[in-house]
Amino acid sequence: MKYSYFPGCSLKGLGRAYEESLLPVFKHLGVELEELDDWNCCGATAYMAVDEGKACVLAARNLALAQKSGHAQMLAPCAACYLVLNKAQHYLQDYPAMKTTVDRALGTAGLHFTGELSVRHPLDVLLNDVGLEAIKQKVCRPLSGLKVAPYYGCQMVRPYATFDDQYNPTTMDRLLEALGATVIRYPLKTKCCGGSLTGTVPEAGVRMVYILLNEARKRGADCLATVCPLCQFNLDAYHAPLAAQYGPIMVPTVYFTQLMGLAFGLEQQGLGLRRAAVPFRWRPGTAPGPQPTVQSPQAQVKA
Amino acid sequence: MMEIERTIKYDADRVKGFGKEVMGVPGCEQLKSCIQCGTCSGVCPLSIYMDHTPRQVMALTRADFKREVLRSHTIWLCASCYACTVQCPREIRITDIMYELKQRAIQERFYPKRFPIPVLAREFSEMVRKNGRITEMLLVMKLFLKTSPLAAMGNWRMGLDLFKTGRFSLATEKIKGRKDLARMLDAVDAKKGA
Repeated sequence: MKYSYFPGCSLKGLGRAYEESLLPVFKHLGVELEELDDWNCCGATAYMAVDEGKACVLAARNLALAQKSGHAQMLAPCAACYLVLNKAQHYLQDYPAMKTTVDRALGTAGLHFTGELSVRHPLDVLLNDVGLEAIKQKVCRPLSGLKVAPYYGCQMVRPYATFDDQYNPTTMDRLLEALGATVIRYPLKTKCCGGSLTGTVPEAGVRMVYILLNEARKRGADCLATVCPLCQFNLDAYHAPLAAQYGPIMVPTVYFTQLMGLAFGLEQQGLGLRRAAVPFRWRPGTAPGPQPTVQSPQAQVKA
Repeated sequence: MMEIERTIKYDADRVKGFGKEVMGVPGCEQLKSCIQCGTCSGVCPLSIYMDHTPRQVMALTRADFKREVLRSHTIWLCASCYACTVQCPREIRITDIMYELKQRAIQERFYPKRFPIPVLAREFSEMVRKNGRITEMLLVMKLFLKTSPLAAMGNWRMGLDLFKTGRFSLATEKIKGRKDLARMLDAVDAKKGA
């Protein structure tokens, strides 16, 4: 299994703990990731408010580079990158005029994109290519007793529910259960965290963070698990203004890949667990868990 | 003194052709089939802060009330969560229409000075054009400096947290193909001018 890897700006910046945990976990599972050479910013949500043609060109340069490097599949862990790269593909397919604009722009740098590239989220690859059985086999320190609120946020499931349900996604729930964790019922799993409003209109943004954290606390969660660097940042970094307004809620928010690393018994120093402002101190017990008895979990690569 | 404002719009307030223009943009075509059911306003997590609900923005846009729409807080409060887009029974891509309206409001300067959201969009696009990537802390600092330096001071606790957890980095991320990228973005403008 080999994929082009598109980290995006956040995974090199505020969300670096996502990359720090994702890379060793995927390596441990035998999935090969090749970082896309000279990738550029996907454009995120901000660029769509400037010019949708240029936003498409930004995304398309990455798609073209991935194809040029001989890949048919690209992994995009950040929910915003995942959405934007998929969105650009839709625009190119649905609007011939947009395709002409993008083709011409790519042509000025000698690039071309045929559309033969699928942009995948790590949860999709983990469940559908690697498989839960293969993942269970790697669990040597089950997360027994850890109560996790699975928080998917918006952009992984909306508007393109490519591999999970739009209203009640379950891929992360199933993954966390395979790691031995207790997945709590969390009806706000796809409610918006406020995105960049936490910084631009804090009276609205911080309240949205409060709603999410308060619900997780009420339901007894030890932590929230997230798939998006902006969600993680919002739920984690605004604890001081949130406490000033609503009282402290110190429920930590971790990346699902960090929980995987813990369950796999990987070196904890290397999982970025110290990056969180609200510390996540829970660690699995030392006793090895029961080894599942599954034979040859042949992972299938999607055609 | 009580300030009164007319809430009913008159025909004279319309800018004829505005709705059609918006509906001509890729992704915005379906607006013509809006049935004003209000599902978008109901599912929007931010509608409680909006001056016009998303349903009203759809109606005002289609009916050419350009100034009302571009001056509205609604377009800036949209956080791109796509809840309205996936729930709309007429498959109107409301989030994309909001993007289009933001673009027009930025181009025609329909927003209060130092209002952070358009400033963020501008700083973001300038940084991408120059470096090819976003250095997040640098972007946040620029945003605060250009909108509310005092608020930046108020966030000292967050800065300290980010510093302690090794996330406060101002080293600029850059790509090698910066010239290529600038040429590509210019090609989009060239096409529009043609």
